[in-house]
Amino acid sequence: MKRDWAPHAVLPALILIALPAMGATNWLVLTVAGLAMGAMLFLMAAGLTLIFGLMDVLNFAHGAFITLGAYVAVSVAAPLIGWSGAESWGLNLAVFALAIAVAAAVSGAVGWGFERVIVRGVYGAPLRQILVTMGGLIVAQQLFIALWGADAIPLLKPKMFSGSIELGGAAIEKYRLLALALGLAVFAALHLVLSRTRVGLLVRAGVENREMVEALGYRIRRLFIGVFVVGTALAGIGGVTWAFYQELVTAQIGGDMTILVFIILIIGGLGSVGGSLVGAMLVGLTANYVGFLAPTVSLGSNILLMVLILLWRPRGLFPVAH
Amino acid sequence: MSDALLTLRGVETRIGRYHILHGVDFAARRGRVTMLLGRNGAGKTTTLRTVMGLWRASAGTIEFDGRRIETLGTPDIARLGIAYVPETMGIFSQLTVRENLLLATGRDGLTEERLDRLFALFPALKERFAVPAGVLSGGQKQMLAIGRAIVEPRRLLVVDEPTKGLAPAVIQQLIDAFQRLKQSETTILLVEQNFHMAASVGDDVAVMDDGRIIHTGAMADLVADEALQHRLLGLSLALHQ
Repeated sequence: MKRDWAPHAVLPALILIALPAMGATNWLVLTVAGLAMGAMLFLMAAGLTLIFGLMDVLNFAHGAFITLGAYVAVSVAAPLIGWSGAESWGLNLAVFALAIAVAAAVSGAVGWGFERVIVRGVYGAPLRQILVTMGGLIVAQQLFIALWGADAIPLLKPKMFSGSIELGGAAIEKYRLLALALGLAVFAALHLVLSRTRVGLLVRAGVENREMVEALGYRIRRLFIGVFVVGTALAGIGGVTWAFYQELVTAQIGGDMTILVFIILIIGGLGSVGGSLVGAMLVGLTANYVGFLAPTVSLGSNILLMVLILLWRPRGLFPVAH
Repeated sequence: MSDALLTLRGVETRIGRYHILHGVDFAARRGRVTMLLGRNGAGKTTTLRTVMGLWRASAGTIEFDGRRIETLGTPDIARLGIAYVPETMGIFSQLTVRENLLLATGRDGLTEERLDRLFALFPALKERFAVPAGVLSGGQKQMLAIGRAIVEPRRLLVVDEPTKGLAPAVIQQLIDAFQRLKQSETTILLVEQNFHMAASVGDDVAVMDDGRIIHTGAMADLVADEALQHRLLGLSLALHQ
């Protein structure tokens, strides 16, 4: 089995091919913006790929956990408006970090309940999974409206996160750099846990062969619950990041991202965390490059990207063996 | 203490609407290698999977060291000290050889002593220790599957057709390994189609047909009796490899 390098070359190839088409300054701005967008998408997609990879559960309610994270950010930031408005990196980062910590805890806790009440009964039944999780998304959206109201709620970025910095003659938004750093940090943490810890080994083994993991004496049910909690907590973190970027939170903010998240999973290879990072970066960059070069086709660019990838690699760029 | 480590009495297994095992009775004695033989579709793999709790027995009892296990979950059965090597080997191809072995160990992990013992049985695993298991040859994968089952001391080793699809030279290596395992008095329940393997390592034998045990006895007696082989298996074991 030789190492397959071609999928690893797709992301750098896309970035390099775009350079001569748009000039260095535009390229730098669009590339950083695309990578930052990709990082935010990765945060939203990573949990879903973990859940699908290990548990074969198609959780269409994943968007509800993104929305929950966004609303938690609203609730955390509201009483800390003074910190958000202060010209202090420390206080601004404290608001952001607190929102992320609370959103991860709340989304993870709700995810734990969701797994116990909704998902547990439909393991191994894909059609029922789609029905109950879609139903869960609809119910959750109504609950969000009941709790936070039907109107869109503004969520301003902390003061120091607004504006741009100049880099090589190009203006780069500060928040995008923060989102990019957060996305890469979460990927690094996930990678470390998956590759260096016994729990990570079990998750990777369980993705391939759940039955054998049980035959080695491990209770895969506990692993399922843990992964579901982590997956939904990550969705909550993604929701916070996306909400501060959009600066407006609605009950549909997560549901609207569901299709994009599934496109990322399919491009990257279902169940692959690294694949979802590359898939998210490709989607973010393609949206930005195509939006600049051919705005009329930008809406369909991600679908086109997915079709091209699937024609080349029908199981995505980094398929996980089952 | 009973002579039998594992005892099946009247075990029946249904998979969906198919009734596969129709009352299986046999015992695997301590420190011995019990061969489970039979034609394709006789129910051998189903028996092993039922012992491991991967398929649930719908009737009958399974006792391990005097304790009923037919209602336990697979992880609980494994934790009693039963290691399982499925027909498909169950190797985690994206994990390295080391990681595959590590998952089969408890808190002590892969100690030098354990690795030395394992590499003495399967030297090829030492050379391939850091590579993903997916790149191993078929024989090396089987060595890894068996190595994973014995890297920690186990009370019972349940192995399903380890020689299937392997080259004769590799089969001989596996025979040597099982013979060395026998010396450590590990109890082994082994499904096998290869006569040479069965004759070389088996102490006791149980022959299955149509979901039932139709013969139990000493492996040496079956090897010596060609007429019995014809009657039980439909052909001479000498041709059945």
